[in-house]
Amino acid sequence: MGIVKTENLTFEYIRRDENDNVEGINTAVDNVSVEFKEGEFIAILGHNGSGKSTFAKHINALVMPTEGSVWVDGMDTKDDDKVLDIRQTAGMVFQNPDNQIICTLVEEEVGFGPENIGVPTEEIWERVAKSLEAVGMTKFRNASPNKLSGGQKQRVAIAGIVAMKPKCIILDEPTAMLDPSGRKEVIRVLHELNEKEHVTVVLITHYMEEVIDADRVFVMDAGKVVMEGTPRQIFTEVERLKSLRLDVPQVTELAYELKKAGLSIPSGILMKEELTASLLKLV
Amino acid sequence: MSLIVDKINYTYEIGTGFERHALKDVSLAIEDGEFVGLIGHTGSGKSTLIQHFNGLVKATSGTIYYNGQDIYDKDYNMKDLRSKVGLVFQYPEHQLFETDIFKDVCFGPKNLGLSKKDVELRAFEALRMVGIPEELFYQSPFDLSGGQKRRVAIAGVLAMKPEVLILDEPTAGLDPKGRDEILDCVKKLHEEMGITVILVSHSMEDVANYVDRIIVMNDGVLTYDDTPKNIFTHYRELEAIGLAAPQVTYIMNDLKQAGINVDTTAITVEEAKESVLRAVRKGM
Repeated sequence: MGIVKTENLTFEYIRRDENDNVEGINTAVDNVSVEFKEGEFIAILGHNGSGKSTFAKHINALVMPTEGSVWVDGMDTKDDDKVLDIRQTAGMVFQNPDNQIICTLVEEEVGFGPENIGVPTEEIWERVAKSLEAVGMTKFRNASPNKLSGGQKQRVAIAGIVAMKPKCIILDEPTAMLDPSGRKEVIRVLHELNEKEHVTVVLITHYMEEVIDADRVFVMDAGKVVMEGTPRQIFTEVERLKSLRLDVPQVTELAYELKKAGLSIPSGILMKEELTASLLKLV
Repeated sequence: MSLIVDKINYTYEIGTGFERHALKDVSLAIEDGEFVGLIGHTGSGKSTLIQHFNGLVKATSGTIYYNGQDIYDKDYNMKDLRSKVGLVFQYPEHQLFETDIFKDVCFGPKNLGLSKKDVELRAFEALRMVGIPEELFYQSPFDLSGGQKRRVAIAGVLAMKPEVLILDEPTAGLDPKGRDEILDCVKKLHEEMGITVILVSHSMEDVANYVDRIIVMNDGVLTYDDTPKNIFTHYRELEAIGLAAPQVTYIMNDLKQAGINVDTTAITVEEAKESVLRAVRKGM
């Protein structure tokens, strides 16, 4: 079984009016069956309200399925005894770094998680050092988190998760509030964790360029998985993505427009080097 | 009619260990009817700067003139300034609080002391301007999508009939279509109503697609103030200060280096397409 597996996962919530009468039932996640292999880099796309965040919260047992099941590293999230193990196996990083950072020093922030699960002091320091190294923040070890840039704060939040030695990290729009450099830093760190430490990464994002190096992409709409494939397969379907309120990277869009204007260029171009190479053949 | 910022400095927590010089000798002038983009890395002073524009933060030194009047004059009407220079904060939907959308948008004009009829007329117009259909007017703001909520929050500021509209990262966290909807709506307000717009953004693509002029902040200093085309030719300098150019600009530079004669100042997909087509057809 993969590191994350869901079978017919459905999540419904009941809407109530002011007098607590039931107004209706919303299905946020609708019959989703997927499996992520250990060490994969997964990206999840979908418009606001498509159900991707609710889906992600199931992976570390923040939300329980209404129907169906979720297994994390073989553990059923409905098993109460396993909740803490599941949260250590699958750590979560949210959009706003300021809402997740609580300590006054970077190293305390990163050590907070391991300390809470009773890791021996010496090992805590080892984990802190290693985690900060992994996200490239070692030299800020004794800094105050509120003196850091957005990208640096988000890397500290990621280090705090890495210190828990999770097999899987889920990130819900981790770059939404960052400037261009901050976005690049965070995405680079995620790929490094994935390649060097074999951590499974599940990245939710609205920035299409951040997805091109993922192993597999899932697109959600109205709680369902409506597209699944490699970034190239997904981004070939420019019109379909636009109809789902999504987009493609600018290079893909430019290549698509040039092809439509009659140039002979392959579809699904993801890198600017590919576009350059195919245009060179034409001149 | 304009906003003039004359050598303002702003220092946080003067005289304590946390003293920080957030704005350093910033001077600029924004004319009526401009559409200006304000970019800079996190912590570069963008948000502090825009909070000066409507008097929420007072400069440590320097002066700001709005329509020729010094806003720091003792008898200057600050309340009037705040209704003329509307500020939409980051995640403005967090400030929605009324039981229905219409009441929420009425809140601002109601506080101006207008008659009930005028208040409701303004709310109606503002919601129409941001494209919220009438059947949603009496729904709870919390039943809307992220993009709709944000447009309602913007309507709340528009109902004050501002002459200048400042938006602090209005598209953060929205899906691509939601981004376009908000920005198209802002563009329409700018074109049809002649509102001056100042757009703070981390998305270089959005800035390139919409604004006529870009102001770049770095560590509290105004570093560039120019047209988007001229600004993005400095993409290497921008990268050094945490920014970038739109992806198409990099593509065009690559193509040029590879020997294809394209225009490297293209900053939108549309411009890039035209330029590549011209270059390829000439070469064939």
